[in-house]
Amino acid sequence: MIPELGHFAQIIGLAMAIALTLIPAWGAWRGNRAAMQLGPGLASGMTVLVLLSFVCLSISFVQDDFSVALVANNSNTLLPMVYKLCAVFGNHEGSMLLWSLILCLWTLAVAVFSPSLPLIFQVRVLSVMGSVAVGFLSFSLFTSNPFARLLPGIPAEGSDLNPLLQDPGMIIHPPLLYIGYAGFSVAFAFAIAALLGGRLDAAWARWSRPWTNVAWAFLSLGIMLGSWWAYYELGWGGWWFWDPVENASFMPWLAGTALIHSLAVTEKRGLFKSWTVLLAIFAFSLSLLGTFLVRSGVITSVHAFANDPERGVFILVFLAIVVGGSLTLYALRAPAVASRVGFSWISRESLLLLNNVVFLVATLTVLFGTLFPLLMDALGGGKYSVGPPYFNAVFVPLMALLVPFMGIGPLSRWKKDTTSRWRQELLLPLSAAVICAVTLPLVHGEYNLWVALAVLLAGWLVFGLARDLWNRINTASDFKRGVRRLPASYWGMVVAHLGFAACIVGVVATSQYSIERDLKMKPGETEELAGYEFRFVEVAPVRGPNFVADEARFEVVRAGEFVANLAPQKRRYLAGGSIMTEAAIAPGLFRDLYVAMGEPIGNDGSWAVRLHYKPMVRWMWLGAILMAVGGFCTVADKRYRSQRRSVTAGVKGAEYAG
Amino acid sequence: MPARLKLFLPLILFVVLAGFLMRGLQLDPTALPSALIDQPLPAFSLTVLGSEKAIAREGVIGEVALFNVWATWCVSCRVEHPYLNKLSEAGVPIYGINYKDDDAAAVQWLEKLGDPYVLSIADRDGDLGLDLGVYGAPETYLVDAQGVVRYRHAGVVDERVWTTILEPIYRELGGEGGPG
Repeated sequence: MIPELGHFAQIIGLAMAIALTLIPAWGAWRGNRAAMQLGPGLASGMTVLVLLSFVCLSISFVQDDFSVALVANNSNTLLPMVYKLCAVFGNHEGSMLLWSLILCLWTLAVAVFSPSLPLIFQVRVLSVMGSVAVGFLSFSLFTSNPFARLLPGIPAEGSDLNPLLQDPGMIIHPPLLYIGYAGFSVAFAFAIAALLGGRLDAAWARWSRPWTNVAWAFLSLGIMLGSWWAYYELGWGGWWFWDPVENASFMPWLAGTALIHSLAVTEKRGLFKSWTVLLAIFAFSLSLLGTFLVRSGVITSVHAFANDPERGVFILVFLAIVVGGSLTLYALRAPAVASRVGFSWISRESLLLLNNVVFLVATLTVLFGTLFPLLMDALGGGKYSVGPPYFNAVFVPLMALLVPFMGIGPLSRWKKDTTSRWRQELLLPLSAAVICAVTLPLVHGEYNLWVALAVLLAGWLVFGLARDLWNRINTASDFKRGVRRLPASYWGMVVAHLGFAACIVGVVATSQYSIERDLKMKPGETEELAGYEFRFVEVAPVRGPNFVADEARFEVVRAGEFVANLAPQKRRYLAGGSIMTEAAIAPGLFRDLYVAMGEPIGNDGSWAVRLHYKPMVRWMWLGAILMAVGGFCTVADKRYRSQRRSVTAGVKGAEYAG
Repeated sequence: MPARLKLFLPLILFVVLAGFLMRGLQLDPTALPSALIDQPLPAFSLTVLGSEKAIAREGVIGEVALFNVWATWCVSCRVEHPYLNKLSEAGVPIYGINYKDDDAAAVQWLEKLGDPYVLSIADRDGDLGLDLGVYGAPETYLVDAQGVVRYRHAGVVDERVWTTILEPIYRELGGEGGPG
């Protein structure tokens, strides 16, 4: 009964989404205010129904209802409760329902938190988001029904959630990723609404910007968690593989990064309107394309769900409607003539334009690399795979090119600046950066040119920000007032850029200085790695809730002082017999120590063991967290809140005048 | 007007991309052409799994058959196993190649899950697999009565794979039996 209730709720949710798409838009077209005002109510109804649907599916998993095919295929009675809930979306059908739910929640958020929007504009935004929800809910209902039954012949026991997914990372990584993906539908809807209304102005950018920044922040967290999860789950210390599914989440992030910068220019100066609209369409299109790649079977990936051409066709048609339609609208309605407002090549606008170009090129190079096997296969050119060497060769130089201008950007003036002023402002930051680049790599002993370059770039970024902060605070009469006067979005920019600098240092340091050793060890033996001594104490069997494991114990000592106990495991999951490695990590701000077990060797109790020393790997993920925090700061900015009040006051004034 | 045309460029690029994606739906990225197509099954000298009996190429050719590369460390092989049992019961000859595995675990696996194989070749060091160009497990090769490899399928063999890919070739080669 619960599954049928969930299925029914999903169907009615789809009906509500259709109504949300059509009725308010009809009202806008006919000038019918009552119809327009139905938007928020319909959005609420749609969201509640899809939420009910998701809750029913979750209840089916919790209750071990193996008459539901999805539960039987992805869960079992031994699975701990938290992973039964993860199993709800650890599969194709459940994850699509989660995607739909999150999309509905974003729609509801726009309905509730945008009182300042003119009614007709809000109606168009909700209508566009409703149409996207129609697409996802239709896909789920018609090709990926999560409530399909296994009647008759209910299995007594279910299969298993893939043991790779039985991990705390599974609880938060997919939801954060989906919040980011679906969140770009808001920026997309705002862009389409602006095109439909023929109104591309600073107000549109101002309305759109907090939503875009928040979606980008969530996507940053989702990608970061995916990287971190891969690092400790897969057992060999890698944190990014340029896998097609990883790329599918990274491309919207790159386009989104360009978008939030372009929005800043459109809001502040009324420029880059075509850029901003196109990037908004592009960011969401890449989210949809990512969904297509993961679920259609056109590419192979360890992450992709099982092939299903029927689902692929549906998503491709949906993609064609959404992207084809929006790009057509763009071609017909975007400003064809450049704005008459100009800017100098020596100006903040130029730097942000360069930012747009670099991120767009980076996105396209990743897209090209990801799709190259498909292109060659389609053209009959044979089977290819594209791996890290390509991506690293094209992506790293682009980012290295970007950073120098990130350092100058915040210090630049809008419209027109001078090279002499740049020189004056940047001499001190450059000097400080060079000093750090020369000295800091020495701390690690062996001098490394790549690390020196990374420190130079990061230092340039950081000291440039420090200089700008100093300038802005110093214009006030005292320090405290200067700090308070800076808007939240400015602090957000500072924090996000600091995060980016931390990422650079973390990525390069861990790439250049990491050491790993594959060894044969048996209890009693000790091995040395980067000054740390790893003593293999023992192996003992342990039992988990749904697995049995061999657990090793290592004591790590450095210069005679105890550092850590590490207990890596080799697990066998009972439901399906899968063997999994569970790495043991001693985390640290400046280094991780990492042990993973391979196989038993011979009959003397020896094991294949992999030891890792990974300096500064945490800086990558902390940097990503800082970027996300920076993105969230926009919401706190007074500009966006005071705008609501002033518009409201304006409306009231108009009513009184009428 | 030329400025307006530039705005159509993203749409044009998308249409081209959509064309490739549509084409991609018709392709199988897991279809890995084998260098051994239309070549003889490689010579080998190994033992039958679970015994000391020697087995060579001459002992496994003479009829149209499937050669299935499997291992107990292979999760997908477990998924595939019930359907192999079904094919075998229906009269399709299947020879196993137990790839880089532990003999005792493999024998136990067959006792527990059923044995669809005429016999399994114990390829402990992976030499035969290397000669075949095995990419991973499971893989299945279709070999004709003269011992020539005709097709290679990487991945799980299920009803869809059998009916749409393997069975047509099997029949064409004169193979008999199979689910009705």
